[in-house]
This record gives sequence, structure tokens and C-alpha cells, in this order.
Amino acid sequence: MAQTSEEQAGTDQLATQVIGVIAKTQRIPLETISIDSTFEQLKIDSLDGINIVFNLESEFGVNIPDDGVQNMKSVRDAVEGVRQLLEEKDRPVTPGAP
Amino acid sequence: MGLVCALGNTVAECWSKLKAGESGIRPLSDPGDPPYRFQKGAQALAFSPEAHFTEKDLIVLERFAQFAAVAAREAVAQSGLEFRGALAEETAIVTGSSVGGQFSEEEGYIRLYKERNPRMPPLIIPRTMANAGASRISLEFGIYGPAYTVATACSSSNHAIGQAFWMIRNGQATAALTGGSEAVFAEGLLRAWEGMRIVTPDTCRPFSKDRKGLSLGEGGAMLVLENWDHAQARGAEILGEVVGFGMSSDAHHITQPTAEGPARAMRWALRDAGIGPEEIDYINAHGTGTLTNDVTETQAIRMVFSGTADSLPVSATKSMHGHTLGAAGAVEAIATLLALRHGFIPPTINFSEPDPACNLDVIHNVGRPAEIQTAISNTFAFGGLNAVLVLRKAEASFQHERI
Repeated sequence: MAQTSEEQAGTDQLATQVIGVIAKTQRIPLETISIDSTFEQLKIDSLDGINIVFNLESEFGVNIPDDGVQNMKSVRDAVEGVRQLLEEKDRPVTPGAP
Repeated sequence: MGLVCALGNTVAECWSKLKAGESGIRPLSDPGDPPYRFQKGAQALAFSPEAHFTEKDLIVLERFAQFAAVAAREAVAQSGLEFRGALAEETAIVTGSSVGGQFSEEEGYIRLYKERNPRMPPLIIPRTMANAGASRISLEFGIYGPAYTVATACSSSNHAIGQAFWMIRNGQATAALTGGSEAVFAEGLLRAWEGMRIVTPDTCRPFSKDRKGLSLGEGGAMLVLENWDHAQARGAEILGEVVGFGMSSDAHHITQPTAEGPARAMRWALRDAGIGPEEIDYINAHGTGTLTNDVTETQAIRMVFSGTADSLPVSATKSMHGHTLGAAGAVEAIATLLALRHGFIPPTINFSEPDPACNLDVIHNVGRPAEIQTAISNTFAFGGLNAVLVLRKAEASFQHERI
């Protein structure tokens, strides 16, 4: 379901960026993708999924583990997965922690 | 037969490990910087090029071609054939390799793109070309007959063996050296495999519920095929028989397999052999350990062997020698021929628990003595290209009526 411009204004910046990566990778119009879209709805198969993961990793400088790849089945999965990795990246490391 | 892989440098060494269910999948000799997502592979660590080739030979021979030549030497020595006179012209060479010599190609690119040095060493092309193994074999043994290389990814050497088999059966050749070789542990190639996300960070567990993907392997495997009557007439020791070959295409997806495509290839192979599915006693599966292959292969086997699948033994020897890519068909044809010859089915190791979606009689962790007569060996490649061999125990072939 396409978002209205009001909804888009309220959507966080990260989700917009992730949706942008998906749209560019798949070469589909931005407006066909919403935060609620599943990969199945967008006709994204497992090989497309790997390409999207590759571009997300490049865009955000994160490392998405294999089980993250396999469990990514929707736009929301992608957004929340990247958000979590960015938060882990920014988390200060306690000196002496393993 | 001749074989070099993670399990050893000869057929005998490899068979003793296959029987014992020993893994050749070990920590990588070079973990990569940054470390690869997968830290294990089936490298032929005991293979020493200097033991088999002069320094001059090695100038022009990449690792994958070295494997092909050494395996061919073992096979030819065992066969007792000498390629003289008419036989030199009537012997074919058909090898399989999916990418040929990658180490030289990568060294060339480092020189060009990193060092900005546009002068290339002159031998990159002869080292890299996928037919380097076939050409070396021709040179070493003085074989003047038809020779070529097939590249169909993971099905390369089954396709190669199948073509050589048909050439002999059709009377276009009296004998053939056929099989395949691959040397995948080059950095760029490993990074490319890493990107596909199907190499397990764990180990190779075909048909097991907790499988996470394939383990890469390297090696070379060669068979000497010979016209049956020709072999009989000279009193050759016959190790087994290739009796059928089948192929198909999925026409579905560039990487995802179907069940229908592999089923078609198995049916074609059985038809080519002139036998029904009930005559197959053992299946050496493609069994890569990926989430998808093991399910679609199970479905395909159940489609073709609907009457016998519940008790038809299946094993995936990739669990021990890894996925040797372009060499896989040949490595596994040898494993299957040895199983037939010795009446012993090697196991699928690293098996933790059954997957309901892979409901086959998987011989897991410990091999099984079994009086098997006829078997199939499957390879199903990226791009949906499927190739299946039907193999028979020599004693069974002696009893079988010659067509």
C-alpha cells in the first residue's frame, strides 16, 4: 500500500533510506514500497534478497550475519535489522569488557 | 580411477577415509583478512605440487590443472593402457571445470589494478583457461583424439563423463580419460562465494535439520573409460561400468533449483541405461547441505523412485570431501563406483537430526555394508543444469547381457 506524503514525513529517516536501497536494487518505483510490504508482495526472491543485503551493508557500513539474511522477509525486517546493527555499532565499548 | 582431494592423494587413501566417515573439512589454511564468514573448507592440504611436477612444469600449470594431471596419471597407471598407434587417436579426453585457473587471473588483476602495472606475465591465459587440464593430459600421454572441456558449474564433470561415455558407446572413441578438477581457494573466488551466503559458517551437514550451507572443496578426479569388449580382450581389470547418462534444464531460476528438473535428469539417465527405478540400490546425492538443494533433491528422488524411496539408501559424500564444484561429479562418481565395488555405502557425516522435508533413507554418520549392484550419482548446478550418471558394479555388468 503506497504511503501518503504525510505518512512519509512521519516515517523515520532510516526507513526512508532502507526503502530507497530496496527500490534502487530492484529497479522499482519508490512509491510501490511501504514499511508494511513483504518481500513476497514485492516479488523479491532469495537472490534479490542477497543483492539487497549487499547494498544495505555498503550503504550503512554494517555486517549483516547469515541468519539475518535468511530471516529478512519484509521491509520492516530490513529496517529493524539495520537499526539494530547501527545501534550495536554506536554502542560505546566498556574498557576491559570481553 | 585417479583421485586427489581433501581426503588424500590417491583413490585408496580417499576410500579409506570415505569408509571410515572421516571429514576432510578443516580450518582454512588462510583465514582471510578480514576473516571469511566461513572458516572451514576441504583443502587438499597433503597435495604437494613439487612431488609431481618439475619447476618448469609448474610455470605453466595452475593448481586445478595439476590436480587433473595427477589424477589422470593414477587412473592411467591402474588401467594398464598405453596410448600408442590407433589407440592414441581413438582416445578422447573430456574434462570438467567450472572456472579453470583463478590464481593466475587474480595475480594478473592485482598487478593491473593495484600496482598499475599493465605488463602481464605472458602465461596467464594458458594457465587460466579451463581446458588446461585436458590439454596437459593430452600432452603427457600423447593422446591425439578428440579432447575438450565442459563448464557447467557444479555439473561440469558429470556432463564430461556422460559425453565421454556416449562417445565410446557410439563408437566415436575406444577409450577416454574423463573427469574434472577445480581449485577454488583463491582469495577473490572465496570472497565471491562469501557474497552468495550459501557457504556454511559451521560444517557441511547434508539433509540434517540444522544444515546451514555447503563447504567448499578442491580436487581432481579422473576415470579411464574403455569400450567393454576392448577392455575384456586385453584382460583389463574392470572396476565398474558407466551404463547411463541423463541431463535436463530447470528453466526456472539462475540459482534456485526445482524438483522437476532433477527428476527429469534422473529419469533420462535411467532410460538411457535401459533400466527402471526399482533397479537402483543406492543414490550418491548432490547433497550440498544447502537449505534448498537438500529439499528439492528429496522431492525429485521421491518423484522418480516413488516405489522404493523409503528404503533406498542415499548418502552425500560432500559431507567429507566438500563441494568440489567442477570436479564434484567425477569425485562422486569414483565414490559411487568404490561403494559398488566394495559393497559398502559411505555415510553422510555431521548429521545431527532428521529434517522432515528430507525424508529419505539417509545413511548418516556411519557407513553401511550393502550388496549394491547399480547406483546413480546426481549433480544439479546453478543455472538449473542437471546431470546424472548410472553406474554398475563390474560383476553385475559381466552377468548383464551385452547389447
